[in-house]
Amino acid sequence: MTEELKDIQKEENIVYKKSSLLTDNVMHYCPGCTHGVVHKLVAEVIEEMGIQGDTIGVSPVGCSVLAYNYIDIDWQEAAHGRAPALATAVSRLHPEKYVFTYQGDGDLASIGCAEIMHACNRGENIVVIFINNAIYGMTGGQMAPTTMIGQVTATTPYGRDVKLNGYNMKITELIAQLPGTCYVTRESAHTPASVRKTKKAIRKAFENAGQNKGTSFVEVVGTCSSGWKLTPEKANEWMVDNSFKEYPLGTMKDE
Amino acid sequence: MAEVRLMKGNEVIAEAAIRCGCDGYFGYPITPQSEVMETLMIRKPWEETGMVVLQAESEVASINMVYGGASCGKKVMTSSSSPGVSLMQEGITYLAGAEIPALVVNVVRGGPGLGTIQPAQSDYYQTCKGGGHGDYRLIVLAPASVQEMNDFVDLSFELAFKYRNPAMILSDGVIGQMMEKVTLSPYKARWTDEEIEEISGSWATTGKKANRSKNVSTSLELDSDKQEEFNLHLGRKYKAMEENEVRYEKISCDDAEYMFVAYGSSARICQKAIEICRERGIKAGLLRPITLYPFPTKQIKEMVPQLKGVLSVELSMGQMVDDVRLAVNGAIPVEHYGHVGGIIHSPEEIADALETLIIKA
Ligand SMILES: Cc1ncc(C[n+]2csc(CCOP(=O)(O)OP(=O)(O)O)c2C)c(N)n1
Repeated sequence: MTEELKDIQKEENIVYKKSSLLTDNVMHYCPGCTHGVVHKLVAEVIEEMGIQGDTIGVSPVGCSVLAYNYIDIDWQEAAHGRAPALATAVSRLHPEKYVFTYQGDGDLASIGCAEIMHACNRGENIVVIFINNAIYGMTGGQMAPTTMIGQVTATTPYGRDVKLNGYNMKITELIAQLPGTCYVTRESAHTPASVRKTKKAIRKAFENAGQNKGTSFVEVVGTCSSGWKLTPEKANEWMVDNSFKEYPLGTMKDE
Repeated sequence: MAEVRLMKGNEVIAEAAIRCGCDGYFGYPITPQSEVMETLMIRKPWEETGMVVLQAESEVASINMVYGGASCGKKVMTSSSSPGVSLMQEGITYLAGAEIPALVVNVVRGGPGLGTIQPAQSDYYQTCKGGGHGDYRLIVLAPASVQEMNDFVDLSFELAFKYRNPAMILSDGVIGQMMEKVTLSPYKARWTDEEIEEISGSWATTGKKANRSKNVSTSLELDSDKQEEFNLHLGRKYKAMEENEVRYEKISCDDAEYMFVAYGSSARICQKAIEICRERGIKAGLLRPITLYPFPTKQIKEMVPQLKGVLSVELSMGQMVDDVRLAVNGAIPVEHYGHVGGIIHSPEEIADALETLIIKA
């Protein structure tokens, strides 16, 4: 490194630094994927709150199944949909710890619908990070409960048809009605401003857990370039034009 | 002084859990074992020992709560009966795959399907031959008395932690529902955080400390070479169980010419059947497997030279008999006898079956 560069990289000049909780493992996420950004935010929040030694994450089955390779905390890898059940037990046995699940929309709203509803309704003192990319990313882009009417996926090749597939599910609106939840919000991570806002939401959710307030639920509406068969840029545009209409951003509950 | 009580098998499971320092119970009601959670809720152990008790929304949730809690190095358990245990199979194989010690109690009722709420022993295949997917084994203990319902809770946790493997108490509706005299175990304190660190610090997910790398409870391995190495590691563990953990009881076997093999409630009935046989001049004995996995294969084989035949007795259409036949390996006749559907065989029926299926056949 040249002397000049060393001089520039002084501590007081640093405006951005990778979280020390993000490992050096190469992420397997596709370009443009929302998971990578949200992983970064979760790592930053845990680091900034100084709770690395008191946090247990529960990763799902889905694209983020390997989240434990990327964030340097203790993790449990749940079966498909069951993360809230694991988190329930961890939180009850370790009430002083920060426990969060990180789940996709297939994991949370389809196969794991019962577990998330009951964990939220019991008001388990956990944080739920919910990545809604409106598709099953991991298995190659099949329909999810969140797939919108007309949306083309591998199992809705002619577009989601209400007669054949039923309606898309707005599960966060349902979750917000459950008395056990204290904070329910829907965010996105497609612009610098929205990323900053989502980070604030995640921070608030973890702070709520620190204050034993019940379940905090942060949905992040995201993209799946590979599943949607769009470039990352086009995927963001498609999300703004379509997903945001069905899944309007904003906080639904903050108690 | 030892505490002696008259209790139901299911109630004793709850009492033994509290006394052995269990940290958490997660369950869902199903006959004939609902008394386990009911007893816990009456006892309120959270006020006494700090043990957590939670009624889950389903057996799927309860086994996954067990997986989450047990992944923290805590002593965690659930109980259910056959249809509920079927729902738990995915969670059970995850426990085995992540090498997480935990206890599942199955108070078996008759099936298939919703079946009957009456006792049966028809879940032997599910318990000992897989149930869930993948190459794994459970440590399986089969109590034949209310006393053993008490004793096996602590023993199951001991073995589960020794091998980092889930354990199952395979009971049945008879043992769960009947009342017997039982000597309760003395209280053991729950493990402290420091003890958990010492016992399970290398894998328990209790929050990453600065002095160690992160602990991850997972059964995922995308690299086939590593997955094969892991399966071989499990295989070595199961071999060690087979060498060190076989438990069984022999009754009237010294001079026996015919032998019953039976576990749980059937073993109790066989004891009476032995008396009837002997009154009839037939020298019968009983080998009772206490561990169904590892199975007392060697011990059955060793009996073969003195025997003329073996009758495997089980409240099923004949499941354990497969393992008895493998042990005997064709040397002498082996048959199965048993009622199903919730009907319990009488000692006379068993004695008669030995005569018709083995002696006169
Ligand atoms: C019991 C079970 N059923 C199905 C699967 C296959 N599977 C793996 S990931 C997945 C869907 C994940 O989609 P989502 O939760 O939306 O997450 P994403 O991959 O989009 O992040 C499915 C169906 C599985 N692993 N286990």
